[in-house]
Amino acid sequence: MQFDPFVIPFNIGLYFILIYAVVRSVRWFSNLSRPDKLRLQRGFFGSAFGRSLKEIFMESLIHRKILKANFRLGYMHMSLAFGWFLLILFGTIEADIFGTRHLNPPYKAIFFKFFNPDHGRTGFEAVYSFLMDLILAFILSGLILAVIKRFSSKVVGMKKTTKLKLPDKIALTSLWLIFPSRLIAESLTSGVYGTGSFLTGSLGSVLASFLPANQLAYPFWWLYSLSLGTFFLLLPVTRYMHIPTELFLIFARNSGIRTGDQSGAFTEIQTYSCSSCGICIDACQLNFSTGITNIQSAYLMKGIRNNEDVNDIAFNCLMCGRCDRYCPVGIELTPIRMIRRRAESVEPPEKSLWSRYFPDLIKIVNTRSNGHPAFSWLPQIKTEATEVLYYAGCMTHLTPAIKKAMIRILDASGMNYRFLDEAGGVCCGRPLMLAGKDKEARELINFNSGLIRDSGARILVTSCPICYKVFRESYYLEVELMHHTQFIKMLIDEDMLRLRFLRKKVVYHAPCDLGRGSGIYDEPKDVLRHVARLQPTGFDDDDSLCCGGSLGNTRISYRQKNKIAADAASALTKGNPEILATACPLCKKTFTTVTDTRVADIAEIVAEAIAPNPPELKKHVVKELYREPADMI
Amino acid sequence: MGRRVVVIGGGVAGMEAAGQLARRGCNVTVFEKETETGGHVKNWFHLFPDRKDSRDVLRYLGNKINHNNITLFTGIAVEGIRPSNGSFSVFTGDGNEITADAVVVATGFDLFRSEKKEEYGYGIYENVITSADLERMFRKDQIRMHDGSIPGKIGLVHCVGSRDEKAGNLYCSKLCCVTAVKQAMEIAEHLEDAKVFCFYMDMRMGGAMYEELYREAQENYGIGFIRGKVSEVAQNIDNKLIVKVEDTLTGRPLKMEIDLLVLMAGMEMSEGGKKIAQSAGLDTGENRFFKPADLHFASNESNIKGVFYAGTCTMPMNITEAISHARAAAADVMDYLDKQKN
Repeated sequence: MQFDPFVIPFNIGLYFILIYAVVRSVRWFSNLSRPDKLRLQRGFFGSAFGRSLKEIFMESLIHRKILKANFRLGYMHMSLAFGWFLLILFGTIEADIFGTRHLNPPYKAIFFKFFNPDHGRTGFEAVYSFLMDLILAFILSGLILAVIKRFSSKVVGMKKTTKLKLPDKIALTSLWLIFPSRLIAESLTSGVYGTGSFLTGSLGSVLASFLPANQLAYPFWWLYSLSLGTFFLLLPVTRYMHIPTELFLIFARNSGIRTGDQSGAFTEIQTYSCSSCGICIDACQLNFSTGITNIQSAYLMKGIRNNEDVNDIAFNCLMCGRCDRYCPVGIELTPIRMIRRRAESVEPPEKSLWSRYFPDLIKIVNTRSNGHPAFSWLPQIKTEATEVLYYAGCMTHLTPAIKKAMIRILDASGMNYRFLDEAGGVCCGRPLMLAGKDKEARELINFNSGLIRDSGARILVTSCPICYKVFRESYYLEVELMHHTQFIKMLIDEDMLRLRFLRKKVVYHAPCDLGRGSGIYDEPKDVLRHVARLQPTGFDDDDSLCCGGSLGNTRISYRQKNKIAADAASALTKGNPEILATACPLCKKTFTTVTDTRVADIAEIVAEAIAPNPPELKKHVVKELYREPADMI
Repeated sequence: MGRRVVVIGGGVAGMEAAGQLARRGCNVTVFEKETETGGHVKNWFHLFPDRKDSRDVLRYLGNKINHNNITLFTGIAVEGIRPSNGSFSVFTGDGNEITADAVVVATGFDLFRSEKKEEYGYGIYENVITSADLERMFRKDQIRMHDGSIPGKIGLVHCVGSRDEKAGNLYCSKLCCVTAVKQAMEIAEHLEDAKVFCFYMDMRMGGAMYEELYREAQENYGIGFIRGKVSEVAQNIDNKLIVKVEDTLTGRPLKMEIDLLVLMAGMEMSEGGKKIAQSAGLDTGENRFFKPADLHFASNESNIKGVFYAGTCTMPMNITEAISHARAAAADVMDYLDKQKN
């Protein structure tokens, strides 16, 4: 007799979730855009397949990235995921070798002990039982951590953990019950038959010594099967949906699919892939500088999944991209947030049971505008033909020292250049985009694109990473776009700019939109090394902090922004540098308010290094003037 | 024994408090970090609202501290205060330590460093100066641009580093409005042909005779008052300053060519005061100034018994208020010392 009614809940759950995963995947696939479908097909039969398998093993099972970021949290995830995988793998082998016949139905492996209670007496069988017990112990150790984390997240090295909703709680309870009920069921059965290894065997003999193990075992096998079945049945409507979704995501990403700026199947896949692990909360400066803990990407993903009104969450973000950098699943969190910003507030629809399991594709619809142009009053500007076009941007106009330095550098380079916005031009459009006003931004983009085209320039240089990012991503330009740090690097490499070494201790703050946002890390540092002593800060490259001045956050106060800025500045200036260098006028302005260390843009430092007797840029101008008032007048 | 008082700071409040205490028989030691007493007043020309020569005030204060009970140390800053057995150890920058039965903190204010508002171009454009720079020009009777020529159009920017959350100062410095009015009138007197504009957010004319001064500036001096915060200053090819501002009364953005731009720098907690607050554990407020024990009835008391505040180290004040506050501090110190004795 190789069947018992108690396996039915497990079987229902298992076949349900397998069929569900297939149906959902087909739906996702059919909702992908045509190019993305082709990418996925090509990826499936190409090298992306192998890479994906490797990534699934390393990230979905071993959880390498979480392990690296936080060992205890990683261990918790690994013991549950990898342990469970091993249990199934070795359980299947066990059932195959030691069972009555080969090619068993899956429940045989899961409930092996029930059907083969006498197993584990001979030497080899005992060794195998020992292995199975070891795996179970491995899982249980992670489970204990998970239970403790629920009540005190600090134990696993996390400062914050995510909050749960009801189906999540039920699924979580059934998940927690799976392995303890297996332990007790196996132990009781082992106790009756005197089998089992160090864990189930010992516990079994203890339990059997004072309990009617024979009668008790059966209900626990039922509990084991029921908790498995419940978990599988609830999985699609809980955060555990991330387990199957992540596999799809890994294949899609390795096939070259990216978020872009439209909502679609890939956005949805990413949204469902978030496991709410909470690493983004710990990485977020809004959390550790201002104590705001309910707007991080894990909550945004959850809100979008549940079709909640996440407007306040979407706009309360510095858009610095630190969570993208730390997300162990590699979800493109900031682009998704950007897409969500364009949507109006959503009314949570009534949710039927069917729509919970098969929700409509998450569509984040753009706010409809009234159709009238918002900037019909823009001036007519004529650009003159030039080789290099310099666009300072509005933030650079508010930091004239950078503008002055750039003019000096451009003059020294001997290149033929013109200003695109000398007397104050038209905004690049990114602030509007960050505010979710894409259509209005597009008007500005078209206006500036016309000017840039008419100039016939070969190179477009901008001082502001905010402008740089939007030029790169949302303009369709035929010029070579350069941030001024790249331009200066080119001038140095081409020997068009000769500089002295300034012998100053400098640290570099990588601006969000230039570094994480546009991937430019090396040029600014190369230029700085050329003219000064560059020192590491502990927050370098993609680890860099947000200055706090971000235009991206429309919800927090200047007081909170200044707090973020002050914390970031003190972290960056720990080594007492003479200059806190940055490559963004907004970062410069923000830091100047909160630190006594001199803050300067790389362009200013370079300009200082040009002249034979460069005028020192003064930090305490007031004092200088007090001493020599004659110079003033 | 029992009457030794250290006064930290030899500005208006410090000098007044020291004088009052000395006359009441205290043994007073005054520390002034600069080489001369007088604080900021020695940089000013005429004072609002009556245009009194600042030297008159300095003379009055000088007479006050010229007293046998006062020992004055100039060029020496105080680094910290530590309570010990009912008295205080005061540590100075030159490494000395002095014992006092009570301490009066009169560390005053620093002017907001206008170069922090980089968009106004101080330290970048030659013809952008501060209100303090302008006072020095008045004293020399030479209001000139950097190249020595006479400015025709002069702008005064209110609220530089005051009422500016971005600059980290939410509070109003209270005296810049009236200073601007006074300075605008003085410019008009010095340069007959000059056209003077004030760019303001609100005119806060709360002091005695301030409103009258404001009226006079409009009626008799033809000063232009434009309601709007300056957003940005640039320089054109002719070295003229281009001021961008929104005229919020007409609701229009405005671009104005200006020869000389004067920034009304606000008042901030002094650097020296910050150091003392940190080392002594004295409470500071949201505005970073020292926080009095009570705003209504204990504005001279600190969170440490025996340490008192006088003048602008607690909030922006004019000279009149600083002197009154210092006298009140002296009264509080006398009360405290009397109680200690019994």
